[in-house]
Amino acid sequence: MALQSLDIARRSATTTEAPQVRHTEEVAKLIDVSACIGCKACQAACMEWNDIRPEVGHNVGIYDNPQDLDDKTWTLMRFTEVEEHGKLEWLIRKDGCMHCADPGCLKACPSPGAIIQYANGIVDFHQENCIGCGYCVTGCPFNVPRISKTDSKAYKCSLCSDRVAVGQAPACAKACPTGAIKFGAKEDMVHYAEDRIVDLKERGYRNAGLYDPQGVGGTHVMYVLHHADRPSLYAGLPDNPQISPMVSLWKGIAKPLAMVALGATALGSLFHYVMKGPNEVSKELEDEMDKEAALEKEDAK
Amino acid sequence: MIRNPRDLQRYTASERANHWVLGICFILLGLSGLAFFHPAFFPLVNLFGGGTWARILHPWIGVIMALFFLVMFIRFARLNLMGPVDWDWLSKVGKMVDGDDHDMPEQGKYNGGQKLLFWGLALSMLLLAASGVVMWRAWFSFPVEVVRVAMVVHAATGAFMIGLIFVHVYAAIWTRGTIRAMLYGTVTRAWAKQHHRGWYRQVTGKN
Ligand code: HEM
Ligand code: SF4
Repeated sequence: MALQSLDIARRSATTTEAPQVRHTEEVAKLIDVSACIGCKACQAACMEWNDIRPEVGHNVGIYDNPQDLDDKTWTLMRFTEVEEHGKLEWLIRKDGCMHCADPGCLKACPSPGAIIQYANGIVDFHQENCIGCGYCVTGCPFNVPRISKTDSKAYKCSLCSDRVAVGQAPACAKACPTGAIKFGAKEDMVHYAEDRIVDLKERGYRNAGLYDPQGVGGTHVMYVLHHADRPSLYAGLPDNPQISPMVSLWKGIAKPLAMVALGATALGSLFHYVMKGPNEVSKELEDEMDKEAALEKEDAK
Repeated sequence: MIRNPRDLQRYTASERANHWVLGICFILLGLSGLAFFHPAFFPLVNLFGGGTWARILHPWIGVIMALFFLVMFIRFARLNLMGPVDWDWLSKVGKMVDGDDHDMPEQGKYNGGQKLLFWGLALSMLLLAASGVVMWRAWFSFPVEVVRVAMVVHAATGAFMIGLIFVHVYAAIWTRGTIRAMLYGTVTRAWAKQHHRGWYRQVTGKN
């Protein structure tokens, strides 16, 4: 449900203007990967606050548990082991919705109001309007939305829009024991990240940097990465995410083009009929057939 | 029902039933598909009991349509093979659309336009069924890159097929005396001689 205290900036499958008299500050969550110890407190806090309980999984030899995001797992710690300069590095990334400024899910969604972007940047799914088509899954460059096997609705991290609406930080940020998850105005988060990056560079991570990919207009969940030159090291974080050209084609030029073509065909037909008249059977042929019928009758007699 | 014993039988009852199953499926698919395609049409989902129902029903109706289309394809494919006379007909169609059909080359059961439309519809149906299955999340999960391509193919082909059917329906309305062929199966001799002289000769043995 739309939250009264959060203004809506964009709404899926809606072609008219959103309300915009108020100016709302953009918020962001900053995940400092270099400060994360992989304790999964955030994962537990997410389940707790949102009251969702994924099925208890199995240990398959890695720390990731469950194995993937699902309708009840909106955030997931992904663990990667890489060797850098002869040293083992254990990279731990908290995966989940990035809350893109230009959200592919929202662009793809055919159902009005199933996906909302608030003026503060949060992208939220409103399941009561969701029809379960899964278009959002194709729109997302980060492979985040999941369609529930039980109710066929789409689910993902809401950035705790309900908490943010009343001035609280997201549950994950609240729970993190090392301060690796920060939440606040996006501007402040960028400044904070700059300090962290200076620190990391001093410690020898020459390529440390902020992950705020411009291909999707920037995100409202950002990472501080030690290896910002190679985001894909972190369990396949896209190096250069953008809405797939296929989705842009489908949701962009294809629609007006098809509408105009179909409209023109329909109107063209109508005006053709009105201006040229129907293609009648000629009177001549009808008379000929009548004559033929009369002759046949005669013959029969 | 025979209106006039001299009328010519163009379609059997089972061919007509097959055609109307396709017609009904197509209208339902077109309406629900357009609802997903453009926000302006989203309210059409209410014809199906809401967005979720439209999403659930559309692919099933699609499967029914694809099966009946296959039957119709088998029935009519041979009659729709294109020949030189069909291309000749097509090259002159502009004049006919302009209102003068006197110089049109003689046509068999189907004219070049109808044949081309037949193949256009068959190709559309094939592409729609294949891409539709790829997009059907309730039952299948294809790699996302494949689904993305399928979305574009399905949407574009859907629009194309709707356009073809507009033309198909309009041609039937414009050419008076045609719709009855699909309603009670017969056409008048005059109609046959004017529009499909080759077929007229074949079924009547006359000139
Ligand atoms: C075997 C046949 C078909 C199958 C399996 C199929 C399946 C699908 C599926 C799965 C969707 C996504 C929405 C949903 O989940 O319900 C869809 C959308 C759509 N379908 Fe079909 N369909 C078929 C035939 C057709 C036909 C014949 C038409 C043309 C009239 C059509 C037009 C559309 C359109 C326009 C969309 C919306 C595409 C968009 O959102 O841009 N479909 N179809
Ligand atoms: S599954 Fe729901 S949220 Fe995703 S695109 Fe379809 S209607 Fe929108």
